Amino acid sequence: MSEQRAAWAFVTPALIVIGVFFALPVAAALALSLTDFDLYALADIKNLRFIGLRNYTDVLATPLFWKSLLNTVYFVGVGVPASIAASLGAALLLNSPLARAKGLFRTALFAPVVTTVVAVALIWKYLFHTRYGLINFALTHVGLEPIDWLGDPHYSMPAIIIFAVWKNFGYNMIILIAGLQGIPQELYEAARIDGASAWRQFRHITLPSLKPVLLLVAIITMAGYFQLFAEPYVMTLGNPLQSTYSVLYFMYEEGFMWWSLGRASAIAFLLFALILVVTRVLLRVARRGEPA
Amino acid sequence: MSMRTQALLINGALIVVAAIVAFPLLWMLSVSFMTQGEASAFPPPLLPAQPTLDNYRLLFERAGMGRYLGNSLAIATALTLLSLAFNLSAGYAFAKLKFAGRERLFQTLLGALLIPAQVAMIPLFLLMKWLHLVNTYGGVIVPGLAGVFGIFLVRQYAQSIPDELLEAARIDGAGEGRIFLRIVLPLLKPIVVTLAIFTFLASWNDFMWPLIVLSDQAWQTAPVALAGLSREHVQDNELMMAGSVVTIVPVLVLFLILQRYYIQGLLVGSVKG
Repeated sequence: MSEQRAAWAFVTPALIVIGVFFALPVAAALALSLTDFDLYALADIKNLRFIGLRNYTDVLATPLFWKSLLNTVYFVGVGVPASIAASLGAALLLNSPLARAKGLFRTALFAPVVTTVVAVALIWKYLFHTRYGLINFALTHVGLEPIDWLGDPHYSMPAIIIFAVWKNFGYNMIILIAGLQGIPQELYEAARIDGASAWRQFRHITLPSLKPVLLLVAIITMAGYFQLFAEPYVMTLGNPLQSTYSVLYFMYEEGFMWWSLGRASAIAFLLFALILVVTRVLLRVARRGEPA
Repeated sequence: MSMRTQALLINGALIVVAAIVAFPLLWMLSVSFMTQGEASAFPPPLLPAQPTLDNYRLLFERAGMGRYLGNSLAIATALTLLSLAFNLSAGYAFAKLKFAGRERLFQTLLGALLIPAQVAMIPLFLLMKWLHLVNTYGGVIVPGLAGVFGIFLVRQYAQSIPDELLEAARIDGAGEGRIFLRIVLPLLKPIVVTLAIFTFLASWNDFMWPLIVLSDQAWQTAPVALAGLSREHVQDNELMMAGSVVTIVPVLVLFLILQRYYIQGLLVGSVKG
């Protein structure tokens, strides 16, 4: 057997799976988004009609879509910087030469990442409970008013963001620690000799050196956070007052509660387009900041 | 600021952060041993007054949690073992075997990583329905048999295998299949463990696709069933915490045992990517 033939024998099974169960469905989703595929078409394919871009115009004319989009953008816009800030803070602490028991702390801080999102969402739903929740207990303990976290549309998304930061910051923390370890120590020594304060060292050495890694984690986290779904599904059902409807939650309802599969496909593509655009913008902003 | 105060501050901060991060998990464990209704009090109790296993008994005897955990275990195990075969052979070929169009094909695959999985989900559901795989283990396993991320991970690692080693085996007359099984696989062992734990955890924790394709309770995985239970038992905090414990503990233990491999994979997968 020649090397060439063997190679194809090795890659073909995987390519078939990816082709049939990913590439084909993606192409089909594009086609489906141009049809009125619904419960009637599900029963009998003859009921299927080509309707051009009407799903897209319909979705864009639906107030709940815009509400979901705004909620999702809120979640991404606040959640991503908050998560990365938490990751960076934890990475700086763990990377300090003065820190003890690093392995133990690293494991403890990373543990939420590997937990099942549905299960930990239930814990946090309970921690956020208005009357019995420990978070409100802590708030009243220090003299603050209790908050109706998951019942007040102003606080429901912040509650989900707090939960998401707790769940996810450990992932980027690991990547940022690796990034910090890649910064040459001589830079810091030179700065110390020049009498630069810890803050100035952070601003002028750490942050610029970490920039490529920060850009990478920003893009990964952003793409992941745009796919918000399980948290509202478990914690709030999209409520109160639809304040935690996310784009995917909206897509799921359209597709699998109302069986408007054509419409749901259009929503999926709008989300995909949005992620691509934001990734582009992030890359461009990062490139502009680079010295020529 | 002296070195000692600095060390005190940094380690103090680490202890506080670790305590805050670990608290929800520890509290879940504590509440799961409380009697029914005990946790619905103000102030909320930190420890059970009289620890009981009633919630776990209820969970397995009435709510059928054993079956859901079994479903999760079967799906995650099968998916892990089968996808290893697909991803290892493909990743190795992309790294070490020469064939026309290799680089182009690999770049195309990497491009597919940009597309969110949810874009494919709706036609995939119709395809699964057509194949009669809705409400079967196959509905979750088959679409995950091969993945771009897994292939990428194996390729990165396999590139470090010296070509001379493979050439020597070829000169000795070994076939490509034999070379893969006897020489390459043993060398890939660390990445096999990494990919296995990644796949197992991702499969166990997955929610949206199993929710869609396993609507029949009998086939549901633990997270999907837990989400359903929580809608029925809104007030039963103690029961739900027990449900969370049995869902989380298996993956947490697996991670604790194999965390070195997991974290290595995370770094290969993102920093070098």
